[in-house]
Amino acid sequence: MPSSSNAAAARHADANWTPDQPIVAIRNVHKSFGDFEVLRGITFDVMKGDVICIIGASGSGKSTLLRCINALVPIDSGSIKVEGQEVHQPNLNTLALRKKVGMVFQQFNLFPHKTALQNIMMAPVQVLKQDKDAVRERARRLLAKVRLEGKEDAYPGELSGGQQQRVAIARSLAMNPDVMLFDEVTSALDPETVNEVLLTIRELAEEGMTCMLVTHEMGFAREVADHMYFTDRGIIVEHGPPQEFFANPKDERTKAFLGQIL
Amino acid sequence: MAKRHDVYGTTDLPVLLPAAERLNRQAAAERVLGAPKLRLRAWHGLALAAVIVLWTSFVWAQADGAGNEQQESVISAIWRWLPVLLGGFVFNIAISFLSMGIGTVAGTLLGIMQISQVWPVRGSSWLVTQFFRNAPWLVLLFFCMFLLPFEFTVFGVTIPFPDWIKAVIGLALPVMANVSEIVRGAIQSIPSGQWEAAHSLAFSRWQILSQIILPQCVKRMLPPWMNLYAILTMATVLASVVGVGEVMTLTQRVLAAENRPEFLVPFYGFVMLLFFAYCYPIARTTQKLELRYAVKQ
Repeated sequence: MPSSSNAAAARHADANWTPDQPIVAIRNVHKSFGDFEVLRGITFDVMKGDVICIIGASGSGKSTLLRCINALVPIDSGSIKVEGQEVHQPNLNTLALRKKVGMVFQQFNLFPHKTALQNIMMAPVQVLKQDKDAVRERARRLLAKVRLEGKEDAYPGELSGGQQQRVAIARSLAMNPDVMLFDEVTSALDPETVNEVLLTIRELAEEGMTCMLVTHEMGFAREVADHMYFTDRGIIVEHGPPQEFFANPKDERTKAFLGQIL
Repeated sequence: MAKRHDVYGTTDLPVLLPAAERLNRQAAAERVLGAPKLRLRAWHGLALAAVIVLWTSFVWAQADGAGNEQQESVISAIWRWLPVLLGGFVFNIAISFLSMGIGTVAGTLLGIMQISQVWPVRGSSWLVTQFFRNAPWLVLLFFCMFLLPFEFTVFGVTIPFPDWIKAVIGLALPVMANVSEIVRGAIQSIPSGQWEAAHSLAFSRWQILSQIILPQCVKRMLPPWMNLYAILTMATVLASVVGVGEVMTLTQRVLAAENRPEFLVPFYGFVMLLFFAYCYPIARTTQKLELRYAVKQ
């Protein structure tokens, strides 16, 4: 074990990985759905504590890429490593991987038959087998962190979109993940609730959580991202630090896309 | 002369036009009729059935009683046989409970097997479901009657296997197949996002099914399940064909004992009434539940 102080390193199985290596390493990933090649050779690294934003037109493979990282979608070729654990291997310990990687979805996907607090508590209690009282305490703190104290007993149907999405973020955080994946988390929200969700994500990023965001919020991306990636038809066309990326895009496709959006 | 559209008045709001048109038509019809249109309620059905029973019995008694002296009226005959008939009906309900219980447990398992990731499990459970779902209930009943032994001997202990238990099993088979389809349909109607979210939280497949998917299915399954129960209850009279002493069998025996052909219609009418009184509230509740769940997602 490289460093006992690092909980992340102590938890995962791969002894060769150290926190100074990429926490997510993606190499030449290909993925097809039927005849349609969604990912055509994606390669990049994410370091611990990085916030990266992936932008691109609909259908360019952004969401699929995120789903490949926590093995919701199996890849056809290439390799993905999360903290050294090889996601592409057939003998992958899926559950061990998913304990390290949290994911938040466009449609929130809260469990409608459980209250906000129960939604957050379920996975730590049932998957991690943690003590129920301790988990309840942590779940309350997480709800407070996303500014939803008092909503413990509300069912998802009683919450606004923005509130549901913040519960979903808290639910993911309750598993103490090392990487958070955000898949267009504000796309299904009313404009006035977008900011409360973005604020939550920004705080997470500032606390040093490794975040990978697929987003259409360019202003937000420019502020929080350490690195921008632009995908088009399954490949990364251009990437760079946000100031440079937005001010001075080099590729024609990036220029065209940003021209449409900004 | 202008068209008569004056009962509900006219409207210049386009959205109201279809409704206004319909209400005007209804008003016109009611004017011709001279009374409000009848809206059928539960008690209308009951009252109608009761009237038919009374009327037919009256007619039969009149037609036949003219020649004979001092015959018992059909009402008092039904009253006299009431304990026997009700006892038989309770037996029907008992059969329906048992069949439904067995069929639900087996059908739930079968339905879950239908979405298994192991193809032999999925395929075989699909085959079983389709086979029993598309077989006539009476044929299944006959098969159970003649294929199952009248007693089992396990470790030297002989367990009797009476006809009514065979009937319960025979009826449980199609129930199982139908419940299997209800469960499969309900599971597949849950949005895939629920699976994705649960997977990303590292739940195992079985945990997802039992903790997240199936609890959400219960609401969706309740109306079709109750519907199936009402159908099953009415089908329990099939057991009379294979000689189980339920309400139809008993009615036949009573009629044979009475030996009065004019009792035939009122007695069977009474049995119909029993089933109607039991099944109709179930059907109404099902409709109400469907309506309520349709509104709340």
